[in-house]
Amino acid sequence: MDTAEFTVIARDGLKGSLAAPAGISLTGALRDAAYDNLLALCGRCCTCATCHVIVDEGDDPLRRVSGADEDDLLDSSDHRAPGSRLIRQLILDAAAAAGMVVRIAAED
Amino acid sequence: MSSADVVIVGAGHAGAQAAIALRANGFTGAVTIIGRENEPPYERPPLSKEYFAREKTFERLYIRPPQFWIEKNVDLRLGVEVISVDPAARSLTLSDGSAYFYGKLIWATGGDPRRLACKGADLMGLHVVRTRADCDQLMGEIHGGVRNIVIIGGGYIGLEAAAVLTKLGCNVILLEALPRVLARVAGPDLSAFYEKEHRDHGVDLRTNVVVESIEGSGRVTGVKLANGELIPAEAVIVGIGIVPAIAPLIAAGAVGANGVEIDEFCRTSLPDVYAVGDCAAFACDFAEGMAMRVESVQNANDQASCVAKAICGDVQPYHALPWFWSNQYDLKLQTAGLSVGYDATVTRGDPATRSFSVVYFKRSKVIALDCVNAVKDYVQGRKLVEAGVSPDPAQVADPSIPLKDLALR
Repeated sequence: MDTAEFTVIARDGLKGSLAAPAGISLTGALRDAAYDNLLALCGRCCTCATCHVIVDEGDDPLRRVSGADEDDLLDSSDHRAPGSRLIRQLILDAAAAAGMVVRIAAED
Repeated sequence: MSSADVVIVGAGHAGAQAAIALRANGFTGAVTIIGRENEPPYERPPLSKEYFAREKTFERLYIRPPQFWIEKNVDLRLGVEVISVDPAARSLTLSDGSAYFYGKLIWATGGDPRRLACKGADLMGLHVVRTRADCDQLMGEIHGGVRNIVIIGGGYIGLEAAAVLTKLGCNVILLEALPRVLARVAGPDLSAFYEKEHRDHGVDLRTNVVVESIEGSGRVTGVKLANGELIPAEAVIVGIGIVPAIAPLIAAGAVGANGVEIDEFCRTSLPDVYAVGDCAAFACDFAEGMAMRVESVQNANDQASCVAKAICGDVQPYHALPWFWSNQYDLKLQTAGLSVGYDATVTRGDPATRSFSVVYFKRSKVIALDCVNAVKDYVQGRKLVEAGVSPDPAQVADPSIPLKDLALR
């Protein structure tokens, strides 16, 4: 299976690299890698905004919100920045994720 | 003798989050989770949604991958239940006969589905939806050809199950004892909307129905109503709420009735015993201090985090905005706040468009919103509830005015 390789910056600033199977959501990848401050409680339904990350570097499509719901929910965060995404909405694609740098947003 | 500095009873959302938050806050002592099911902690909401619909595999429901608990040195004692608590000795007796000592105890057991009290309630083919095993058993029957299903209870579990089963091609009859569905958690406008949706999708939804008995010998064959009607059924799903699983704590002297009572720091009346999640009754800030249980993932997680932080030295009272969601068909319901005790409602947008919100007021303050396919209202409306503002209802009713513009009034 293809793997997506990318960099994650945790809330405490620690940088790590991650290789995750393509096709799963970024939430799944981070959960499996035990980035345990990231809650993502609502199972990808865009209710809780606890899965907020900022894609600092990466392809444009990765840095753009996927729809009005995601946009609205991100608006509720005090930490919204260019590249803000709800990672449950972000399905990993091996090619697109290569070189991506994802920063986990501060808790609201 | 087994022991741990913190013993967490219950491996659901609350129990898992308590352990996760202890470690995230730097707790280095021994942590044990005692869980009744033979599964590592998993998400429960999908049991009546994506897992039930077979859109997600079970492994995707794990709150953390099994390896996580090993790496974080959290001892999972699965497949055992706590049957008694000795607060003086700080010990637990487990269902396998062993004893377990605790420094601090976090009771996070949730609840057991309420069972029917009528004749026939123990027949085969009666189901509840609370655990993976419940869900697998029900899905197994449907794969085996069961098509005619009666759902007893028009709460979220019953309605979500009806939506999934209808999509799977089952014939669903849903029976609600009260005059409307969702009566305990929402206002009449929302109830009427969901009743129509389910009927439009082919559910035979009936309110004001009293179940007399479940019929069958060995296995269910039908549901008999108080008016004498017999509804044939190959399976019955009972979704009539939960009973908090607190018997051992109450027997040990903890104060409580419908839920074990906790103070604003999630402490029970027993020393060093906390309780969190569905099983705990507390004076809720978002219901004017009314003592209540809040059955939600949000409450389970936030109370668990509150206790974990307190154990790590950061003692803060519990204060978190309640939120909740429900998926039925292509409808996404998101709620913020608690509508209990409301004295007025405003409907924002036209329910016929299938995108609208119901805003609940009490003494002119916004206390809650139910938003159907209206994420923007949900997001902006949360702030109205948090701020406790009193906007003009006429403006709230006008969808052309963003709710955030009303947050400062």
